[in-house]
Amino acid sequence: MPDGVHDGTRVTETFRAEGLTKIYETGDLKVQALRGVNLTLYEGELVVLLGPSGSGKSTLLNILGGIDLPTSGRLFFKDLEITACSASELTAYRRDHVGFVFQFYNLIPSLTARENVGLVTEIAEDPMQPDEALEMVGLDHRLDHFPSQLSGGEQQRVAIARAIAKRPEVLLCDEPTGALDSKTGVVVLEALERANRELGTTTALITHNAGIKDMAERVIRFADGQIASVEDIPFKKAPQELTW
Amino acid sequence: MMRISPLNKKLLRDLWRIKGQALAIAAVVACGIALLIASFGTLAVLDTSMNAFYDRTRFADVFATLKRAPNSLENDIQNLPGVALAETRITAAVNLDLPDMTEPATGQLISLPERGTPLLNDVTMLAGRYPSPLRPNEIAVTEAFANAHGFSLGDSFKAIVNGHKRPLEIVGVVMTPEYIYALGPGALMPDARRFGVMWMGRKALAAAFDLDGAFNSVTLRLQHGAQAEEVIRRLDVILEPYGGSGAYPRADQISHFFLSNELDQLRITGTVFPPVFLLVAAFLLNVVVTRIVATEREQIGLLKAFGYSDFEVGWVYLKFIIILVATGLLMGIGLGNWIARGMIGMFGEYYKFPLLTYKTDPAVLTAAASVSLVAGLIGGLGAVRQAVGLSPAVAMAPPVPTSYQKGALSHFFARFTISQPTRMIFRHVTRFPVRAGLTVIGVAFSVALMVMSLFFLDSVEEMIEVYFFQAERQTLTVSFVEPRPATIEHELQHLPGVMKTQPVRSVAVRLRNGHVFDRKAIQGIVSGADLSRLLNSEQKIVEPPPGGLALSRHIAQDLNLKVGDIVTVEVLQERRPVVEIPIVQLVDEYIGFQAYMHIDALNRLMKEGPTVTSVHVQVDSRHANELYAILKDLPAVAGIAQRSATLDSFRETMDSTMNVMIGFYVALASLIAFGVAYNAARIALSERSRALASLRVLGFTREEVTYILLGELGILTVVSLPVGCVLGYLMALAMSPVLSTDMYSFPFVIHASTYGVSVIVVCASAVVCGLLTRRRVYGLDLVTALKTRE
Repeated sequence: MPDGVHDGTRVTETFRAEGLTKIYETGDLKVQALRGVNLTLYEGELVVLLGPSGSGKSTLLNILGGIDLPTSGRLFFKDLEITACSASELTAYRRDHVGFVFQFYNLIPSLTARENVGLVTEIAEDPMQPDEALEMVGLDHRLDHFPSQLSGGEQQRVAIARAIAKRPEVLLCDEPTGALDSKTGVVVLEALERANRELGTTTALITHNAGIKDMAERVIRFADGQIASVEDIPFKKAPQELTW
Repeated sequence: MMRISPLNKKLLRDLWRIKGQALAIAAVVACGIALLIASFGTLAVLDTSMNAFYDRTRFADVFATLKRAPNSLENDIQNLPGVALAETRITAAVNLDLPDMTEPATGQLISLPERGTPLLNDVTMLAGRYPSPLRPNEIAVTEAFANAHGFSLGDSFKAIVNGHKRPLEIVGVVMTPEYIYALGPGALMPDARRFGVMWMGRKALAAAFDLDGAFNSVTLRLQHGAQAEEVIRRLDVILEPYGGSGAYPRADQISHFFLSNELDQLRITGTVFPPVFLLVAAFLLNVVVTRIVATEREQIGLLKAFGYSDFEVGWVYLKFIIILVATGLLMGIGLGNWIARGMIGMFGEYYKFPLLTYKTDPAVLTAAASVSLVAGLIGGLGAVRQAVGLSPAVAMAPPVPTSYQKGALSHFFARFTISQPTRMIFRHVTRFPVRAGLTVIGVAFSVALMVMSLFFLDSVEEMIEVYFFQAERQTLTVSFVEPRPATIEHELQHLPGVMKTQPVRSVAVRLRNGHVFDRKAIQGIVSGADLSRLLNSEQKIVEPPPGGLALSRHIAQDLNLKVGDIVTVEVLQERRPVVEIPIVQLVDEYIGFQAYMHIDALNRLMKEGPTVTSVHVQVDSRHANELYAILKDLPAVAGIAQRSATLDSFRETMDSTMNVMIGFYVALASLIAFGVAYNAARIALSERSRALASLRVLGFTREEVTYILLGELGILTVVSLPVGCVLGYLMALAMSPVLSTDMYSFPFVIHASTYGVSVIVVCASAVVCGLLTRRRVYGLDLVTALKTRE
């Protein structure tokens, strides 16, 4: 297992990206979304990816999550070379290792909170009980509610419960608070932070919102398809302390 | 260059985006319209051609035959109130000896007036000329007969005319209004080889049949507004002393009867089926347009926010519907015209009259356009109103997730562990019960349509089995020119190849129950018959009742009679007795309905000794040709009907007419199944692509996601199959009496294989839809699907 040294502690690498580029071609139009990204994410860390729209952070997150492939470059998840995976191997990778949280929650409207979580636990190898996952995000009193009966913040917390219930090694969150007001956003971030802390899940969180960066251990800034800077946050804050 | 407004561009692109569904809807519209156009278009051509031909040839209104009356009686008939024109003539059945046939054929001779052309029932001369009144060997024949035997002008063949075999020379080829549908005696289908109609000068014919200065047939044209029944009653009185066998109106004239029956069937087809197709189309349109309006809420809000009026926005969607319907209409017109031409060609095989060329009837087109527009509006108006009614603010706010509830079934399901994907399928079905219900009805209807179409095959097979194999088992039936002493049966028995015989005495009667009456023949039959047998509804053999009538159930229903009732029998020949006879038995016949009596009782009723009019014969096939050669020369023989030939022509007719129609309906049914299922699948995909993409991201495989999407289609299809079978059963049950005529009754029999085939075809349609949709699921773009908001 490739290991590295970070903050003076020996830690295990979760992702290693080498020279990732991504070019979207639509007709004559070529858009270079990533221009050679090298990046390592370590086990258990919480990373915030910051940057304006179109800077490439979502593209990177999608590639990390195995729902998109780079045009060139290599990506390793531990020993697995993601960039060499077939479509069905990618599906298995997502199924077994990755938890996703989306900006618009993407819950299944026809399933209750508990059933939405159950959707994932049914196909996972060593999942939590759906009730347990929902308890972690503070929704143990809303188990049998359908998405239409839940507020935006509650829906996003169900989505987080759904993502963490399979005990993934990686949790990828694309603008999880983007559709929420700040008060609700804090509750959602608390849930993410707790999952990261208690389950030791490597968490990557995309946001536009610089105020959120203080809950991370590292902040990676994107600009124009490249990493502009990487900032270590020495003393990360609890979500309640954040303001934006 | 033409400028297309942005709204219209959007409209066209939307249409292009859903082209598959649009085409499916247009195709269903097209089917309805095609049926409408084909039925009414064919009807219009046949009806116009028939009336034009009747007018030109002065087809009579009333017909009567008699034994013999002096020509002077014509004046009395002419002077009857209500009669515009009366024409007497001579007709006779003859035994034909045709060079290209081993067995004898039947000819119907009709006299031509001594001077000029017939005043009524004139013929249309296609080739050659009218036979000379003075030359006894000259005849004109129908085109169908000439073609069937490859005869051309100048050819000749032999016929036994009043006991003497004579050569007849063809000098004219004609068409006649009286034998448009030329059914020979005892035949079930027109067979131009075995039955020929021919015209001869009156003098020659009178001489041949000893009818100089006399006639045995009279036809009338009535004055405008005259009551046919009253004229017939008076005519019968005049003809009674001369052996009149009962006059009848045009409606009962055999050829016209069949032709008008056919026109009625077309009318029924054109009225019953198209609305069903258009309703299916309306349903599909409703689902699709509602879905489009739902996905375009934000755009609609935006347009309104920009200042487009409600009307302008509604108009866009209305145009969308109109374009779809108009496409279907155009396709339907093309298809309908094509089918109509084919159908008219098919009619030409059986109905011999000059058919006008098919032209699309503007009235039919207008009707087609109106009904398709109405269907479109029924289907789309609700959705358009939704679009019109959306307020910009509401439209632009994101919609809340579709609300679901635990249904009544939840408790039921709680007992089982079912996976979340399966739960999604059931919740989705129960969340949109109306849509699911309509999909089920749509698919079920296509199953039902298949069952009903294939039912005809089962029914015809049953008809054939019962009639040709259980009831009628003779090799052939020899019918005589006139009633003969029963001893003729023994003479036949001594002919080569004759193994078994069975005598029949047939008497023309009018069966009357109060005001309702029916012209029929009573068949006198022997008990213990082995060749031609009477069967009841369980297909058990019924013996001829000694003291009463056995009546075909069909006639009994027509006359409101049941077992135990007394029917008035007015004999229409010889001494014309009128008697009251009890009905002691009903028999079930699918072909040619009759009344039956014991032959001895019938002969007693006629106050005659043992007499027969025809004899069923079982022939040793090794000696058949020998027998035919002798029969060809027997003057007493009017003709023979071979069971196998009848069966062949019956099958051939059924094959060529029914199979085409059935094939058409099966194709329509598959199309409906496909249209409904494909739309359901595509709508489900469009509504749920984001959810499905999310599931894929969460690690669900393509197959698992496809299961969620198509599971619903599967469930709905499975539910609709039994529904469709039951519906098909009911439709067939309803159609079987509708299709029955005075000649056939369609037995209600549906074989298991009919259900099986219907279910398989519809399932295959659903599977094809599933595969097409699966391709789209496989091609789901995960990244884009996640970005889009519901």
